Amino acid sequence: MLLTPALAISAVLFTLGVAGVLFRRNAIVIFMCVELMLNAVNLTFVALAQTLGMGGQVFVFFVMAVAAAEAAVGLAIILAVYRHKQSVSLQNMNLLKDG
Amino acid sequence: MTLTVFWVFGVIAMGGALLCITRKNPIASALWLVVTLFSIAALFVLLDAQFLAVLQVLVYAGAIMVLFLFVIMLLNLGRPGPSDIKGPLGLGVAVLLGAALLFLLQPVTRTTLLSAITLPPGSVPALQQQQGIVGAVANPLFGAYLIPFEIASVLLLAAIVGAVVLAKRKL
Repeated sequence: MLLTPALAISAVLFTLGVAGVLFRRNAIVIFMCVELMLNAVNLTFVALAQTLGMGGQVFVFFVMAVAAAEAAVGLAIILAVYRHKQSVSLQNMNLLKDG
Repeated sequence: MTLTVFWVFGVIAMGGALLCITRKNPIASALWLVVTLFSIAALFVLLDAQFLAVLQVLVYAGAIMVLFLFVIMLLNLGRPGPSDIKGPLGLGVAVLLGAALLFLLQPVTRTTLLSAITLPPGSVPALQQQQGIVGAVANPLFGAYLIPFEIASVLLLAAIVGAVVLAKRKL
């Protein structure tokens, strides 16, 4: 049965994505880490679809559509911020920060 | 045999993800992420989701990662410069929280599914034999999930318009 290894691999991939979001400052790399987390969840869906029915595979389809939309809009936002600040580092995005 | 191949691709995926989050250069990060996405596509094949494996390569490794590389190169972020990885404190917090999350997720691997809701083993390949690999996904997609499918198309249209409005200098 491939369910247990698939869930283990997907847990590790999700954790790596979270760690990447926590310790990087480059907005684009953080965005890639979010994609990594989405892929870890997709792996879980596909693994469970083997025993729980095809609904899981259909959901992966929707996750991919949402991820594509998110990537297009998110990268457009990063482009707009870069035009404004000449940087994509999250350190420089502190307009709401006190002082 | 299948289990060995599965673990080989799983280890490649995890190694690619680790290198993706630790490389200083965003282009190197993006290319390691492509390695991870390809091995996840291989895992999809082993889990009886061949159509999704093709989609994974076309949509993720193809379209989305090209978009990422395009933006990285447009903003000229590939040149050597100061690292964007946080200092020891940030790194320590990230490793600590990651370890805590992995500890919390670890019972997931001991999941046992109730036999009342599980399909008999080999039923997904049987369904694919009967309806075709694409048909097995398409039948629920255009049947039970038709409304979400239409909503997804509206979402994609909104994303196209939104991306153009955000990225254009003057409308």
